[in-house]
Amino acid sequence: MISRRHLLAAAPLAAALPLSSAPAAAAPAALRGTGDLGIVIERAAGSVLIVETTGRSILARVEGLGDLSHASVVFSRDERFAYVFGRDGGLTKIDMLEGRIAARVVQGGNAIGGAISDDGKLVAVSNYEPGGVRIFDADTLKMVADIPAVAANGVTSKTVGLVDIPGRTFVYTLYDPGEIWRVHVPETGAPVITKLPGVGKLPYDANVTTDGRHYFAGLFGEDGVVHVDLWREPLKAERVLDGYGRGQTPLPVYKMPHFEGWGATQGQLFLPAVGRDEVIVIDNASLKEVGRVALQGQPVFAVARPDGRHVWVNYAHPKNGVIEVIDTMSLKVIRRLEPGPAVLHLEFTPRGHEVWVSARDADAVIIYDAATFAEKARIKAAKPSGIFFTHRAHLIGR
Amino acid sequence: MLLARGHFGELIAAAAILWAAAASAEPDRARLADLVIQDCGSCHGLTLKGGLGRPLTPEALSGLSHDNIRDIILDGLPGTPMPPWRPLLSERDAEAIADMLKSGKVP
Repeated sequence: MISRRHLLAAAPLAAALPLSSAPAAAAPAALRGTGDLGIVIERAAGSVLIVETTGRSILARVEGLGDLSHASVVFSRDERFAYVFGRDGGLTKIDMLEGRIAARVVQGGNAIGGAISDDGKLVAVSNYEPGGVRIFDADTLKMVADIPAVAANGVTSKTVGLVDIPGRTFVYTLYDPGEIWRVHVPETGAPVITKLPGVGKLPYDANVTTDGRHYFAGLFGEDGVVHVDLWREPLKAERVLDGYGRGQTPLPVYKMPHFEGWGATQGQLFLPAVGRDEVIVIDNASLKEVGRVALQGQPVFAVARPDGRHVWVNYAHPKNGVIEVIDTMSLKVIRRLEPGPAVLHLEFTPRGHEVWVSARDADAVIIYDAATFAEKARIKAAKPSGIFFTHRAHLIGR
Repeated sequence: MLLARGHFGELIAAAAILWAAAASAEPDRARLADLVIQDCGSCHGLTLKGGLGRPLTPEALSGLSHDNIRDIILDGLPGTPMPPWRPLLSERDAEAIADMLKSGKVP
């Protein structure tokens, strides 16, 4: 049966069929896969666009998601449902095929993102207020665990850098006291928590490599990065890139860099430096710096094209109307693009033939050919920020 | 070192152009309100109810005077992620933002 809310893309075909058509004849028109779908956040309007990357079009707009500043999305294993994490603590499950909200809870006062477990059954949310992490049943959004982040010194903390790793397990960072926690949620019984205290000052964001092994947290209060090898027991936090600023005073930071979507290629990671106009390239095996790339401003996201050949970078205010593309073999900037004012995020299609870029103050998403850099299309969106495509469903830590 | 200086110089140059346009005029309240919502909002939340940075609602700021807020905007809070906005904003801009935040009237 075709839902009344069936996808817009199906509408012209369905409408062309005579009314007397049997439902069985009409049904195929409504069928579609979800591997080319995605979500674009309209941060100020509290809405999201459901988009498809084959015809580069908007399928539906879903409203009523609250404050979506800094919103992010994870996907169900079947790539049908999107879980949207809003700033105001809202967790919204969207049915992308029906273009509607399937479930929604306001689970905290102020949240910063989330993750979904490898079996697809648990959705975890990272909170600023009341702090800690809350874990929900992915089907019903009923809470299954509430894990306050009370540090060794008794302080309740904001949490950041929440990722999933194999085995119904999440890893995240406590911002205020500087701790890293790993939480395993068994099918029955209480969560098992491993805590690494005293990892460094103000770890503001973190991420894990797509093999689920290397967890890196960026520090704001110190000149370095924290690394945890999640394959080695007992877990140990070690400092890498110590003193990467070489004693220079950092520039003022008008937008914090993000580790989400960092450029990972050929055993190397491209990390946006804090308070510096450069990305730092580190080798995953030795954990040593192997290069730097000077940029036109302070990087926010440094995202590798899926094949790893290029890394695309966007920037902090006030030089945020620009994208630069780094060649990962030569470590040189090979292209500068100006998509529009306030470029907030970018997302590659699954195999990287195109890239979608949100330009907030142009109220547009600009789609580029990722090989030729030619603009292919432009989609209107209200103050767009994050863009998330469904293939993330099948990536560890994304 | 040269690199950092060079880029900071660029930033100052860009800011100087902004100043040149705004120095003699009243602060452009619409532009500043947009900056507060969009750019302060990256850390303090679009609704200014807080994020990695503290909430900026009138209640949350009740312990700070107008002048305190202006100074924090201009010079930042060393040891925290709050940056100095002096390279990008004039004192009158910062005054106008402090007014908006204290009154809760960010358009």
